[in-house]
Amino acid sequence: MTFFIEVTISGLLAGIMYSLVALGFVMIFKASGVFNFAQGAMVLFAALTFVRFLEMGMWVWAAFVVTLVAMIVLATAIEWIVLRPLVARPPIILFMATIGLSFFLEGFGQGIWDNQVHGLDCESVLGIPDIPAGWLMEKGLMISQFDLLAAAVAAVSVVLLVLFFQKTRTGRALRAVSDDHEASLSVGIPLRWIWGITWAIAGLIALVAGILWGTRLGVQYSLSMVVLKALPVIILGGFDSIPGAIIGGLIIGSAEKLGEVYLGDYVGGGIENFLPYLLAMVFLWFRPYGLFGREIIERV
Amino acid sequence: MNQKKEPLLQMEDISISFGGLKALNEVSLEVYPEEIMAIIGPNGAGKTTLLNIINGFYKPDEGRILFEGKDRTRMHPDHVAALGIARTFQNIALFRGMSVLDNIMMGRHLHMNAGFFSQGFFWGLGQKEEIKHREAVEWVIDWLEIENIRKSPAGMLPYGLQKRVELGRALAAEPKLLLLDEPTAGMNLEEKEDIARFILDANEELDYTIALIEHDMGVVMDICDRIVVLDFGNKIAEGPPDEIKANPKVIKAYLGEAED
Repeated sequence: MTFFIEVTISGLLAGIMYSLVALGFVMIFKASGVFNFAQGAMVLFAALTFVRFLEMGMWVWAAFVVTLVAMIVLATAIEWIVLRPLVARPPIILFMATIGLSFFLEGFGQGIWDNQVHGLDCESVLGIPDIPAGWLMEKGLMISQFDLLAAAVAAVSVVLLVLFFQKTRTGRALRAVSDDHEASLSVGIPLRWIWGITWAIAGLIALVAGILWGTRLGVQYSLSMVVLKALPVIILGGFDSIPGAIIGGLIIGSAEKLGEVYLGDYVGGGIENFLPYLLAMVFLWFRPYGLFGREIIERV
Repeated sequence: MNQKKEPLLQMEDISISFGGLKALNEVSLEVYPEEIMAIIGPNGAGKTTLLNIINGFYKPDEGRILFEGKDRTRMHPDHVAALGIARTFQNIALFRGMSVLDNIMMGRHLHMNAGFFSQGFFWGLGQKEEIKHREAVEWVIDWLEIENIRKSPAGMLPYGLQKRVELGRALAAEPKLLLLDEPTAGMNLEEKEDIARFILDANEELDYTIALIEHDMGVVMDICDRIVVLDFGNKIAEGPPDEIKANPKVIKAYLGEAED
């Protein structure tokens, strides 16, 4: 039983990390109805910038703030150069623009920094070693402190985002913008400012996700691939739902770990890598809008 | 009639082309405070283009726009909204996924200014403000008699009600000038009468200045103080309903040349 709990918890904790990446997608999708293909590149860019500043000898917090500023500048530039000329165009055009952006960012990031693998040491960056938490060990559970911290960070981000979206004027404006650009302008919402904010927040999420995942995997090109794990999460949770991204992440995380441990042996193991996508596919049959996604009903 | 007052909105010699098509050709018009003005004309006359120019969606190629005496020819739509111009759309542009309440609340967007924390955690200014705006929104909802649908997602409502919610959103902004693009389009007689009554009441009870585009001549003749007629981008007539009805140019534009 303890083993089952341990597997489940480590699955949930991994899931939270997926959620964090998924949140970046959801942010942009909610505000502009666009699937931001460049989210992975943003995660990589943020992590790379952060790690290089650290290597220059900056303090952790200073590096964090400087990288955050860099992400905001980047978001503003994206808004200015890529999105502004495309206001009120169909979502598919914006989607294509984000594909281009993703290739550019990957190249640009590795161009100004480098393409080596950089380690992010858990203890020096986050202030805690990546070892099982003592107080849980006493209860017989081996859960990494790092995983717990990552989960806490993700949880706080989620609460703040939900408050922001549901309760504030700007949040309400963001939801409005995703529904109708022209109507938003007509009630006085500055579309460009709103998009700037959205991309800046997506940049912040990318930075947090980049640091946490970078600690796990090392900061390198393949970091931009972690977003692939976020895809089944948002399919499950719904493209435009913040709670959906969280629940979806938890389901995917625990399902892949439990599946690997309890079902893996029957099919030769290694199912952890494709089980999430299988789940997402099955899920699409029954709820194409995801668990919490908004159903769009077309009247005929 | 309020002809003696200073105009609220003045458009001087407005022209705009899309490619080779001259959508508006040196059109001038004024909207006076507290009147209901109608812009009418056959399809393709440039009515919606004119509204989009007032609203800032399009920038005119030539001409000048004055609002409350100040030049505001080249402005972004969100700035125009901040000046106090609200509008509705021909094809309904509601926030479909949001509730009726939130939709109308969006009309209050420009009146809110509390910060993230006080709004997010509902304390201090954020709380006071939310309550104040909620009251204003509830007032609009009562006024438009849509209390029973306030929690429904706007996209799920029947067409006539969506139009009413859109009007509510515009009213919630408490604009100085209200632009309505075909407020009764696609409605049955009963719905038309309802909307016409709301427009009249907004003008008479609440003193709103309204400029509207409308195809239903019955509605236009009944509720408007003054009518501007466009045809192929040119202004061909202007005046009170009775004059317009008798104007041979207008009759020609609508019915073609009389042959007898």
